[in-house]
Amino acid sequence: MRSRGFSPLWMCLLGLGLAAFAAGSMGAQDLKAFERKITTKVLPNGLTLLICERPEAPVFSYTTFIDAGDVNDPSGESGLAHMFEHLAFKGTSQIGTTDYVAEKTALAKVEAANDAYEAEYLKPVGRDEAKLAELKKAFLASQAEAEKYVIPNEFTEVAQRDGATGLNASTGLDQTIYFWSMPENRLELWAWLESGRLSDTVPREFYKERDVVNEERRMRTDSSPIGRMIEQFLATAYVVHNYGRSGVGWPSEVGQITATEAMDFHKKYYVGSNIVVAVVGDVKAAEVMPMLERYFSKVPGGQKPEDMTTVEPKQFAEKSVVIREQTQPFYIEGYHRPGYRDPDNSVYDAISDILSNGRVSRLYRNLVRDQRIAAGASGFSPFPGEKYPGLFAFFAVPLPGHTPAEMREAIYKEIDKLKTTDVTDAELEMFKTRTRADLLRGLADNQGLANALAEYQTRYGDWRELFLELDRVDKVTKADIRRVANQVFIDSNRTSAEIDTQPAGAKGANGGGR
Amino acid sequence: MKDLSMNATLRFAIACAVVGALFAPAAGGAQENKPWEQIPTPPLHAFSPHQPKRIELKNGIVLFLQEDHELPFVSGSVLIPGGSRDEAAAEAGMIGLYGQTWRTSGTEKLNGDAMDDLLEAKAAHIETGGDNDSTALSWDSLKGDSDDVYALAMELLFRPRFDEEKLQLAKQQVSTGIVRRNDNESGIAGRESAKLVYGADSPYTRQPELATIGAVSLADLNAWHDRTLRGKLIVSVGGDFDPVMMEAKLRATFEPLAQAKPLPAHREAFAETSPGLYFINKENVNQSNIQIVGLGTDRHNPDVPALAVMNNILGGGFSSRLFQKIRTEKGLAYAVTGSYGYTYDHPGLFRVTVLTKSASTIDAAKEAIAQIMGLTTTPFTEVELKRAKDDILNSFLFQYDTRDKVLAERVRFEFYGYPADYLETYKAAIEKVTLADVTAVAKKYIHPDKLAVLVVGNGPDIKPGLEDLNMGPAHPVDITIPQSEQEKKP
Repeated sequence: MRSRGFSPLWMCLLGLGLAAFAAGSMGAQDLKAFERKITTKVLPNGLTLLICERPEAPVFSYTTFIDAGDVNDPSGESGLAHMFEHLAFKGTSQIGTTDYVAEKTALAKVEAANDAYEAEYLKPVGRDEAKLAELKKAFLASQAEAEKYVIPNEFTEVAQRDGATGLNASTGLDQTIYFWSMPENRLELWAWLESGRLSDTVPREFYKERDVVNEERRMRTDSSPIGRMIEQFLATAYVVHNYGRSGVGWPSEVGQITATEAMDFHKKYYVGSNIVVAVVGDVKAAEVMPMLERYFSKVPGGQKPEDMTTVEPKQFAEKSVVIREQTQPFYIEGYHRPGYRDPDNSVYDAISDILSNGRVSRLYRNLVRDQRIAAGASGFSPFPGEKYPGLFAFFAVPLPGHTPAEMREAIYKEIDKLKTTDVTDAELEMFKTRTRADLLRGLADNQGLANALAEYQTRYGDWRELFLELDRVDKVTKADIRRVANQVFIDSNRTSAEIDTQPAGAKGANGGGR
Repeated sequence: MKDLSMNATLRFAIACAVVGALFAPAAGGAQENKPWEQIPTPPLHAFSPHQPKRIELKNGIVLFLQEDHELPFVSGSVLIPGGSRDEAAAEAGMIGLYGQTWRTSGTEKLNGDAMDDLLEAKAAHIETGGDNDSTALSWDSLKGDSDDVYALAMELLFRPRFDEEKLQLAKQQVSTGIVRRNDNESGIAGRESAKLVYGADSPYTRQPELATIGAVSLADLNAWHDRTLRGKLIVSVGGDFDPVMMEAKLRATFEPLAQAKPLPAHREAFAETSPGLYFINKENVNQSNIQIVGLGTDRHNPDVPALAVMNNILGGGFSSRLFQKIRTEKGLAYAVTGSYGYTYDHPGLFRVTVLTKSASTIDAAKEAIAQIMGLTTTPFTEVELKRAKDDILNSFLFQYDTRDKVLAERVRFEFYGYPADYLETYKAAIEKVTLADVTAVAKKYIHPDKLAVLVVGNGPDIKPGLEDLNMGPAHPVDITIPQSEQEKKP
């Protein structure tokens, strides 16, 4: 589902894979105040429930955070985690069906018919077209048969009819999250719906939903110049690690995912120990915890799936992608950096803040205001994910008449400055002040808070890290920034991608590595 | 905008029970029980949205104070009537430039760059911006800095400097937007379809061009500022402040101003949409963006509550007709939306949007048109009505679940001249909407033959072609970006 709607250019880039909150935190005092509001409980199945009491209005928001995303898609099945996320809106054995027993049998037949069709379709030699047409017909017939039992969108209908707002989900490379907000007196209804879809997903209408996801890919990636560029950029930056793989899925792979594969993914990754559910709003933990426990105990237990062991080898050669098409120019480059648990994590945050945050930032002042070559420029990290080593990326949008090459040169100059000269005291102090204030500001929003608490509880095993991170932010020094810049921003660790504008009338898109 | 406490809750509970009865019993009878209906819905905790204090000064300026002591921040804004719909056509884009240059230039005493340094060191913000019908100055900061930040914001309001270099900077930003505006398929589709309804020269759709922004001078910005500042300002402040002191401070600033002069009301004529089929070719996409558009209405129209219910049935959420048919049943689209739009003081747009692969353009467009026609030919059911009303009413709380939202709504109603209790009466009207009402508004407002259909997509890949829509030849829409006079010269 990802979020619906169309983001402007910047949001599209910056929104991808960034943590819900900038790194940072408040003082010990604020943490103490929060300690009193938050209750966590780990259920026997391993699932963590987190409740944050914020009775400002009779509403609550929740986030279910699954510690699995498209990075976990098996080889040849890119887009699987996202495909499953769509399935999680289709209901359960109890909702969305007129007769689950009969439907289950019919769904098994759909799977068999799809397997038979695909086996013929994928034959390297001797494919029988007549037989293929028959198999296709049989597949469509089995699908129609199964649909007889479906009450379409009943799951979401019940939620929305009862006041669910902002109902959506998003699949990142690192995680899958589900969320909405509701009046507080619907808490038990929500618990029934949410625990049901986590534990009792039915692969209903799967193959039509696969068509929907293919349309999502066309919208976000194929038909968007920036989307196409980012996909090529990441595929070039990574040789081995799944961060280089299309998150929404390569067409030939996402187009052939089966319901069986999606359910296998569910079985492996949707186990209690891999799930945190955070609720923020007008709820009293002491009153509702037993009820929540009853519902969420239905989620299967099981060992936390093992982390990916693939490690991207050290890059030793600079790489670049040039896309020539009738689109305005663009430039992006990235350098491999460690994952979020690296002791220098906050140093990267300091660098991106000093380079990119607002009209005082170095990239704005130099590229936009003074040199007048760019409409916007930014350095940000980690991208495209944070759990595993990602990239520290820079992008710049050239002004009319200016080229990607000029963007590259200007960015290099800024990087050199970071390597050779300390940032100022004022810049460093500003980073720390803004980080603290931004965290504070975020606390007034139930949904944002639910996302952040669930994320930190998952990533660090303790939501308090959302606040305790301040210590690491406070300890960042000017020397740290120079050291990290010299370590990471080196030629052989760089991948870049650019769009070079082709005049109208020239041959169409023609990108590739160089 | 009263609370949603006992009475309303009881109503909801009863409503839910009724819905259960209205759904057809499950076929085959195997799944008759609906376990979620056994889950109790206790009374909602008592709640009345916290209303801001409203003060109307003798000079016509209105102040709103909304205390909120949860976090140590104070924020505020001054809303100023007059926006891009009031700018000269030959200077289209002027308000955008004004909105940027005002802030980046800074005040007579402190230039914009120095303001940036000062504010960012405190994690505070002062921003300015322009919209279609208004411009605004806003600020926010930690409580401890709020006096200083307010003083600086008022300097910017009353003693701005408007700097030539910053105007040039703003022009370079806007010109980038102009030359890039045909890169994004959805951007093209949204913009060009609105022009089919309002007309390309309408104050609601005309777009900045390199030539029109080139014509804007510093004198224009200064003149605009002086003129609009004499209008009926709406000042709102929210957050962690002492209300007595804050009121005194705002009065001291705004009471000495001269009597506010309201802008003349807008009386544009809205022409009929030019019906027919329109096409824009875009080579580097594999998905068509289909827009079906016509003129909508404004919120003064008493039919709006019934239209809101009709919209929910047409395109509101997963269970709407468009979503069910085009996405869930046919798998033709990820993005499919539609509504008969209403805005506060001029007609909005009727718009149905579908994004589908090139090859299924005709299927998807036909299906979308069929759903629009269905609004007048496929009778609405009690089940649809109930579902739509429940959707709207049970989530109504989220219109005012934070003090910020309540404040923003009150400012909006004040600005457009709606009563302070507008939401309350609107909600009551939704509750009363009947099947006959929805049927009547659909008949009154939905005229498929008056709609324009725009397809943006990859022409050669659209097979079958647009002629299969049987709407006659598709009119090509020229979206070439005019070059500025300067660029035309070799």
